[in-house]
Amino acid sequence: MGEFSSAFAAAFQLITTLDANLVEIVCLSLQVSLSAVLIAAVIGLPLGAALVLLPIPGKRAVVVFLNALMGLPPVVVGLILYLILSRSGPLGVMGLLFTPAAMIIAQVVLITPIIAALTRQVVQELWAEYREQLLSLGCSRKSAIFTLLWDGRFSLITTVLAGFGRASAEVGAVMIVGGNIDHVTRVMTTAIALEVSKGDLALALGLGIILLSLSLGINATAFLLGEFAKKRIGA
Amino acid sequence: MSILPLEVTNLCFEARGKRLVKEATFRIEAGSRTMILGANGAGKSLLLRLCHGLLDASEGQVSWNGDVDFTDVSRKQQAMVFQRPVMLRRTALANIEYALKLHHVDQTERRERAFAVLKKVGLARLADQPARVLSYGEQQRLAMARAWVIKPKVLFLDEPSASLDPSATHSIEETIEAIASEGTTIIMTTHDLGQAKRLGTDVMFIHRGRILEQARAADFFSGPENDLAQAFLRGDLLWWKRKKPYPGGGIDHQVSRG
Repeated sequence: MGEFSSAFAAAFQLITTLDANLVEIVCLSLQVSLSAVLIAAVIGLPLGAALVLLPIPGKRAVVVFLNALMGLPPVVVGLILYLILSRSGPLGVMGLLFTPAAMIIAQVVLITPIIAALTRQVVQELWAEYREQLLSLGCSRKSAIFTLLWDGRFSLITTVLAGFGRASAEVGAVMIVGGNIDHVTRVMTTAIALEVSKGDLALALGLGIILLSLSLGINATAFLLGEFAKKRIGA
Repeated sequence: MSILPLEVTNLCFEARGKRLVKEATFRIEAGSRTMILGANGAGKSLLLRLCHGLLDASEGQVSWNGDVDFTDVSRKQQAMVFQRPVMLRRTALANIEYALKLHHVDQTERRERAFAVLKKVGLARLADQPARVLSYGEQQRLAMARAWVIKPKVLFLDEPSASLDPSATHSIEETIEAIASEGTTIIMTTHDLGQAKRLGTDVMFIHRGRILEQARAADFFSGPENDLAQAFLRGDLLWWKRKKPYPGGGIDHQVSRG
């Protein structure tokens, strides 16, 4: 018990003194996850809306596939990307393996289906409500994509936050393609796994507390946004 | 170029194997105010949606000034206000501006025209309010303003004052009069006879998806030829089953004195 309390004390000290190693890991984690979320949102938001509004051949099969991709096992994604990015793989010449870029790619692959599938649900509900009105106003289905993404903005921010939550908590894929190299590709989740195996609970706990705070912060933001939207725009 | 007259020929609409609009044929001239009367479920709203191009007909055709293809040009000269107003999740002003944006009106003019139309419907003070938190009556007036601002040649109104109190209904009727006075042709469904008398120049009576009578409003209200229309004007209850055949068209119906 004493060991745990001293580990907690050390963890809080690392946080309060802004330990350089801890800050570096947190910053890299945020850099990787935020980049991944940005790219995934740019792909996933219009993709999800297009699946509702545009006449895409085999749309149902695409939706089923997309929903299935939401449950992609991260280690499998990591393994496939490892094979693609390794020297003998098709994209080996790019030299991306064991770089933050590879970790961003892995997270984009994991969260794009989540953002696209959740966006599709939000946009489908809005389209059911708006369809006749928008068509009556002379809005094309293509233009309706932007209208519905804007009108569903508060729900969609929650969707993007869910993607960020998943990205920042991911460990399997980034461990494989990033390699958990100190000062290069070490992020919060991979660092926690490593430090626990080494028995250095203080840094692991410090990072764990930050990760947990981040998760709570995301959920609180999503909740508050929902409340704000209800009051402000009657969503 | 005007899109009118509207000519509808043998228009039918089927859903789940059931024919809901039956061989509708009529012509609507520019500047008229046509009231489509009938009981609930008669097919009034379906007929409006078919004419406006929101539904595809199973048979027959809708032509705008002889053009049977529902082009972007004819679409942009029409507007529709629905029974339940659908407001975008934006301010009242932004809802109006959105309609103008779709009609490629530049930003400065959009703002001016949006404010002007909000003033006309008495909602200028609520311009910056989120549209969806307005009262039901205000939302319907906003929907009217959104339709009005694009200066449509034809305005379809699907029971725009259903569920509104007399004061709100009066506001809606004033707005309809104002829009019509600018030369817009009005095609409106209602089962409010008083409203049809106040607003209509022409009347179409529809029952079970079939148009049973078309007449000038004054002629219709002074004595319709069709027995079901007569019963409707008397305030009798109309429903679907009838033992003896309908003399005019062989449609099963029953007239019950209320």
